[in-house]
Amino acid sequence: MKSAVLLLPGLNRDRDMIAALTKISGAPPVTVWQTETEIPDVDLIVVPGGFSYGDYLRCGAIAARMPVMEAVREKAAAGVRVLGVCNGFQILLEAGLLPGALMRNASLKFVCKEVSLEVANAQTCFTSQYEAGQVIRCPVAHHDGNYYSDAETLARLEDSGRVVFRYANGSNPNGSMNDIAGIINESGNVLGMMPHPEDLIEPAHGGEDGAGLFRAALDIAA
Amino acid sequence: MNIPNDIAITPEMVEAHGLKEDEYQRIIDLIGREPSFTELGIFSAMWNEHCSYKSSKKWLRTLPTDGPQVIQGPGENAGVVDIGDGDCVVFKMESHNHPSYIEPYQGAATGVGGILRDVFTMGARPIAAMNALRFGEPEHPKTRHLVSGVVAGVGGYGNAFGVPTVGGEVQFDARYNGNCLVNAFAAGLAKTDAIFYSKAEGVGLPVVYLGAKTGRDGVGGATMASAEFDESIEEKRPTVQVGDPFTEKCLLEACLELMASGAVIAIQDMGAAGLTCSAVEMGAKGGLGIELDLDKVPVREDRMSAYEMMLSESQERMLMVLRPELEADAEAIFRKWGLDFAIVGKTTDDLRFRVFHQKDEVANLPIRELGDEAPEYDRPWRETGLYSPLPADQIAEPEDYGEALLKVLGSPNNASKRWVYEQYDTLIQANTLQIPGGDAGVVRVDGHPAKALAFSSDVTPRYCEADPYEGGKQAVAECWRNLTATGALPLAATDNLNFGNPERPEIMGQFVKAIEGIGEACSALGFPIVSGNVSLYNETNGEAILPTPTIAGVGLIADWANMARIGGAKDGDVVVLFGGDGAHLGQSAYMRDCLDQTDGPPPPVDLAIERRNGDFIRSAIGNGQFSSCHDISDGGLAICLAEMAIASDKGMNIDISEYDGPLHAQLFGEDQARYVATVPADLANFVCLNAEGAGIPFRRIGTVTGQELKVGDLLSLPVSQLRTVHESWFPSYMEG
Repeated sequence: MKSAVLLLPGLNRDRDMIAALTKISGAPPVTVWQTETEIPDVDLIVVPGGFSYGDYLRCGAIAARMPVMEAVREKAAAGVRVLGVCNGFQILLEAGLLPGALMRNASLKFVCKEVSLEVANAQTCFTSQYEAGQVIRCPVAHHDGNYYSDAETLARLEDSGRVVFRYANGSNPNGSMNDIAGIINESGNVLGMMPHPEDLIEPAHGGEDGAGLFRAALDIAA
Repeated sequence: MNIPNDIAITPEMVEAHGLKEDEYQRIIDLIGREPSFTELGIFSAMWNEHCSYKSSKKWLRTLPTDGPQVIQGPGENAGVVDIGDGDCVVFKMESHNHPSYIEPYQGAATGVGGILRDVFTMGARPIAAMNALRFGEPEHPKTRHLVSGVVAGVGGYGNAFGVPTVGGEVQFDARYNGNCLVNAFAAGLAKTDAIFYSKAEGVGLPVVYLGAKTGRDGVGGATMASAEFDESIEEKRPTVQVGDPFTEKCLLEACLELMASGAVIAIQDMGAAGLTCSAVEMGAKGGLGIELDLDKVPVREDRMSAYEMMLSESQERMLMVLRPELEADAEAIFRKWGLDFAIVGKTTDDLRFRVFHQKDEVANLPIRELGDEAPEYDRPWRETGLYSPLPADQIAEPEDYGEALLKVLGSPNNASKRWVYEQYDTLIQANTLQIPGGDAGVVRVDGHPAKALAFSSDVTPRYCEADPYEGGKQAVAECWRNLTATGALPLAATDNLNFGNPERPEIMGQFVKAIEGIGEACSALGFPIVSGNVSLYNETNGEAILPTPTIAGVGLIADWANMARIGGAKDGDVVVLFGGDGAHLGQSAYMRDCLDQTDGPPPPVDLAIERRNGDFIRSAIGNGQFSSCHDISDGGLAICLAEMAIASDKGMNIDISEYDGPLHAQLFGEDQARYVATVPADLANFVCLNAEGAGIPFRRIGTVTGQELKVGDLLSLPVSQLRTVHESWFPSYMEG
């Protein structure tokens, strides 16, 4: 399966993401620059992490209004898988592809460390290679990962299994409601998450817990 | 500021520019007339201590800077060292002390931005950063504010730019109450056949301004960094620049893209003294003149004078000389990244630095002399008094060894710096193999299956204060040792020499002796200095900082599969002390933290032994014989063992009863050239025989077992308690 990675000025985990997708799928992803209005035919579109447009104004706010995001919206509506990681998650929220908001970490500080993630829903196209309830390791690195939504949205997410990842073992690094680390859209093809699975996919990273997510998203057998 | 360019220069104006009377006379002699106001500004920028190294040059020349691995030594934006396979590592460390004290967030942020720019100006993509930070005593009312601002600034810039911060230092001492130190290091990776330099070549070629617009920020910043502080420093806040890591990230990508296109002849970043320094450097190095038209400079403020534009230290700017036929391609790349691109001048053959503003020639100066004829001083210096020897048996033993260990382990200087480094992105780029908290940060070399680079930054200022010569040696030796403890072969280093006012002979004496020690150690260890920075005048109201010559080194690991870590010990492993017993307690952390004393000489460094022991350790690690390894430094053997136990989450049963010297010296002595390793039991005899054969003193001191660190009947502490004590000081201090 083919993948594409969005390139926006200020993103900086694009190289990590491209390296991970290349390593796992055996082929480099297509890259799509901010001004492009069409995205080639791919099976997975990734919005990687970083500080798009400096995160000035509000994290992801400027990115969400770039022409290329219109193309992402169309692809998502057509059922193409979309993964937003960290700043990518913030951008998907700002673009209205996922509900809720990511506020400044409760500590008010940037945090980079390893956390434990519970796979809260293993029946998505991104998590099918994990067991339900499985706890995996994953690094986080962000300043604004404190997930918030109104009570009604939160209930809807929880009731329909749309919380896909949850910080486990008391490792919530940012004060997110219900320890939410990642959520999926109603149709199950758009996933946003704060942690960085792309930074834990090979022995050099000290573990491969993140690899399963990309294999699943690319329909590569475990 | 609307001072006319042709205003008559008064002695007050000369003084306000940090120029001495005789220096001003030298300017008049050099150009044969009174300078214009803009010219006065240009001279003050070029001739201040920060840019001209006028007090330090004589001594810096004595440092060893060569070696078969060195591609570029000091004198360029950064040093360049060969790591084989057509790759090289480009690195430098630079201080941003004065701005960080005045405005901690922006001061630290722009320090990081400046050093990253130095590295990618040479064509290298930054792959690692470190920060050596020194603050006043924790109780001082400003300290907490400075720590929180500086750490946030370092993180704010480095994290957004996208470079992993893999190492550094954070220390406290009352002598930094009025001057904190922020020394920022960056390293990048380049191809040896694609390194870019600042030397302009070719007459009549376009001089191009790239990056962010010019504002009034930082006007006079380099002059400020060359003066002592007093109560009026709050007035200097407007001279601190403001950083924009987003623009810098775009500048990085645009520069690398432009360099790959073949359009760049010469490139120089605008750091201290901005446009002035960068233009003069490019011209003078190339034996060319430079003509600038300031009306073409992209500005973000109205009615800026020529003086302000020439001295602005606005960040994220570059100056280049481009191949004219590729100008359009170059401009397209910069526009794509949303950056300013303007042709602001040209190279000439008259060796003059001419600046035009609104059609007037506001400066016309001899370009070479601006740099070459800067004053150079052989400042008077005298050696400071040294301490007489202090045998360990004259130093009080602790009543309770367990309590003493906890006291040192949880002291501000030895406590875990997790609170700090978790605010830095240590993992970005997905190549990090070791994050802060061990002996050195390690990142793998992108594109190579086995190679990795190790980074460490070190100096023990209290040693340098007690004996600048031994302290200088020790800073180099400890850096070399920390790299070695991961299995890396130390390649080269950069120095960041932070001292007080060089016009005081005792401060100049510290500087001279420290350099002597650094030079001797670098020569003996084959560890040349390839770049660096000097920061003098770190004084407030006449009180100088501790002499702090920070050494940041880079080492090469041939195969990271065999690198060593501070953690990783397994149950049943044998704990071996290499390099001899502890005997020296003078200037130790034990004396400072448990006895509240500062006395005695620092531990001497025998460089031949340092090298012999290090070479043995590195070879054992490369052969996969250690499950973990750590050097012995602050706090001695006891702290070394505690840190290893915490990192491995394993207990140790240690027996030092065979040792017949004072036990507190064995446990807390800071004798140099020593390491502790854990060795799998089946290899222990073999490793010890090797050590014996190599003439390395060693002692089997115990085994890895259980969940407690036990040292005979001297102490027995659960690893969980060690961890709590080690980890809790910093967060609880910052919470106030």
